[in-house]
Amino acid sequence: MAIWIEEDAKVLVQGITGKQGMFHADKMVEYGTNIVGGCTPGKGGQTVDLQGNAYPVWDSMFEAIETTDAHATVIYVPPPFAAEAIMEAADAFDQIKGEGVVVCITEGIPTLDMVKAVAFVENRPGVRLIGPNCPGIITPGDGGGAKIGIMPGHIHAKGRIGIVSKSGTLTYEAVAQTMSIGEGQSTCVGIGGDPVNGTGFIECLAAFEADSQTEAIVMIGEIGGNAEQEAAAWAKENVTKPIVGFVAGATAPPGKRMGHAGAIISGGKGTAEEKFEAFEAAGIACARDPSELGAVLLESLKAAGLR
Amino acid sequence: MNIHEYQGKALFKQHGVKVVEGVHCTSVSEALDAYDHLQSKVVAVKSQIHAGGRGKGNLYSPGSRDLVMEGGVKIAFSKDDVGTYSENILGNILVTKQTGEEGKLVNHLYVESGCDIAHEYYLALLVDREQKSVLVMASTEGGMDIEEVAEETPELLHKLNIDPNAGLLGYQIRDLGLALGLQGAAHKSFGKMLKALYSLFLKEDCAMVEINPLVRSSDDEMIALDAKVSFDENAEFRHKSWDDIRDLSEEEDVEIRAKETGLSYVKLDGNIGCLVNGAGLAMATMDVIKLYGGEPANFLDVGGGANEEQVKTAFSIILEDPNVKGILVNIFGGIMRCDIIARGVIAATESLGLTVPLVVRLAGTNVDEGKAILASSTLNIHPADDLAEGAQKIVELIGGDV
Repeated sequence: MAIWIEEDAKVLVQGITGKQGMFHADKMVEYGTNIVGGCTPGKGGQTVDLQGNAYPVWDSMFEAIETTDAHATVIYVPPPFAAEAIMEAADAFDQIKGEGVVVCITEGIPTLDMVKAVAFVENRPGVRLIGPNCPGIITPGDGGGAKIGIMPGHIHAKGRIGIVSKSGTLTYEAVAQTMSIGEGQSTCVGIGGDPVNGTGFIECLAAFEADSQTEAIVMIGEIGGNAEQEAAAWAKENVTKPIVGFVAGATAPPGKRMGHAGAIISGGKGTAEEKFEAFEAAGIACARDPSELGAVLLESLKAAGLR
Repeated sequence: MNIHEYQGKALFKQHGVKVVEGVHCTSVSEALDAYDHLQSKVVAVKSQIHAGGRGKGNLYSPGSRDLVMEGGVKIAFSKDDVGTYSENILGNILVTKQTGEEGKLVNHLYVESGCDIAHEYYLALLVDREQKSVLVMASTEGGMDIEEVAEETPELLHKLNIDPNAGLLGYQIRDLGLALGLQGAAHKSFGKMLKALYSLFLKEDCAMVEINPLVRSSDDEMIALDAKVSFDENAEFRHKSWDDIRDLSEEEDVEIRAKETGLSYVKLDGNIGCLVNGAGLAMATMDVIKLYGGEPANFLDVGGGANEEQVKTAFSIILEDPNVKGILVNIFGGIMRCDIIARGVIAATESLGLTVPLVVRLAGTNVDEGKAILASSTLNIHPADDLAEGAQKIVELIGGDV
């Protein structure tokens, strides 16, 4: 198992003819992701060349899903059009299959567009949105696997650690830390650093708890909002697997946006300290330095009799 | 992106949110003319800066830092008062609890007609991250620090979430008005204002609209006596007009330049410059520097696909800060290749004649090539294998305790 995305999941790419879309589609194919084609309005009928093979392009997500029976789509559409791309995909998955995973990589989508898009997706309960402004989701396989996003595939290996994070490169750091103690990953989910996004920490924790492949969880948060605090409180009641945590931004000054639109301490709320405290109160083993995530994870695994 | 009160009020007026008559001024003579024009016995003379707490702030002379006047918002009862207050405000530094000690230079004034106040309220619209919708917050405790109200008397802070599909509904407006104790004409006026504000919030892509105080006048009209409006920068592409109202003097020059090159930079008070890819990792790098006894000089995210030129710009921005005594580069290459970063680092250090110690930690895509490039250079670059090692090395090199 793994969560939401199986190793051989069929994946579409929205914005496949664009520079970003094509570059990352190629990397996904190289990793072994089962890309089945893409969608760019106005370019239906064309093909794109990925790793030496031609992949079909459709005008609409309805056509693309109907033809390929895809499980997931990944969006590399520029910010002005990204929210609509999310809604098109959600509508098509909902009508055709009643389910599907929509991964939105795009950074810089207006917040009110996301308010609308998230409400639209939530009206279609079978559809899951991951992101936006995230590295994507990856389920490493025995050879290859399903890499749906922009993360460097080669740093991953199939294993039993579930990773959920708001940040991109910090997720890679967490992955490298699991590898440093000889542990691979079940699924890694980047939920993104925007104030309004799709899948949150709690849904990831619930899925990891239910997943038989996952035996421990790494959770990476950052300043801003209180999603980490809520997730910690939820985990205390509902998660039996060991969780290891880190929160970025302990040194961030209040009122300043730290890169991510959502990473801002406002009104004295959403500080790293507050979040670390919530983690610790929930029994989550914390690393104060991401280079120590591996060591903390190893200890947690030992304490749980898993090493 | 923040705008000034006078700009926010112009927007309010345009969208049908009731404000009192006022004039934006940049000189004492304009302020005096404004007094004549307004024909109001009493006027408010208000400093315009992008920070709250203006009323309780103090004005200082920019050179000597001598106290010029207490209070950045003054009530003037005569033309002479307007002259004195505007003289004391314009060109001086206003320090409030939100500006920090350095304060902000005041270049703009707003002279506004007086208003008969029956009661002061608080009203704000913002995006609620948890509910993923627009949130309206209102309170009968206007003019107060709303965070204190939330802390001490949360029952006096009323909240409503607007369903993005259904919009702001009549019963929600009625209930909120009743919760604020509004009746009759005041209740009706409140409803009209709230609808106008919600429509403004959506059309203008606001991140927040805060009115503190919102007042009920003696003839039961609801009037926005303040206007704190900020926009969602992600929506800039569909608001060309923002270019005209953006006050660049309110923003850090270097942060603007960084943004133009696709870098995200925030200046801090420490002495270790950081150059990192990714916002989360950049924050974590700062945190780890602090953990090992150093102080970060900045947050700098070079983004996902930085090229040599951007790396060079990043270095020159970091080095503009005279406090910087050493630099830590921390790259986890994903899309970004470590060999490209290594070349960029070498090109930048050579062309900028770097004299401070430099520690470079590379991981991820093409890490071996990157490390080899750094090792073959004759420059004094200290490699590190992980973040902790990198942070410890740079702290050690600048002579801090580890």
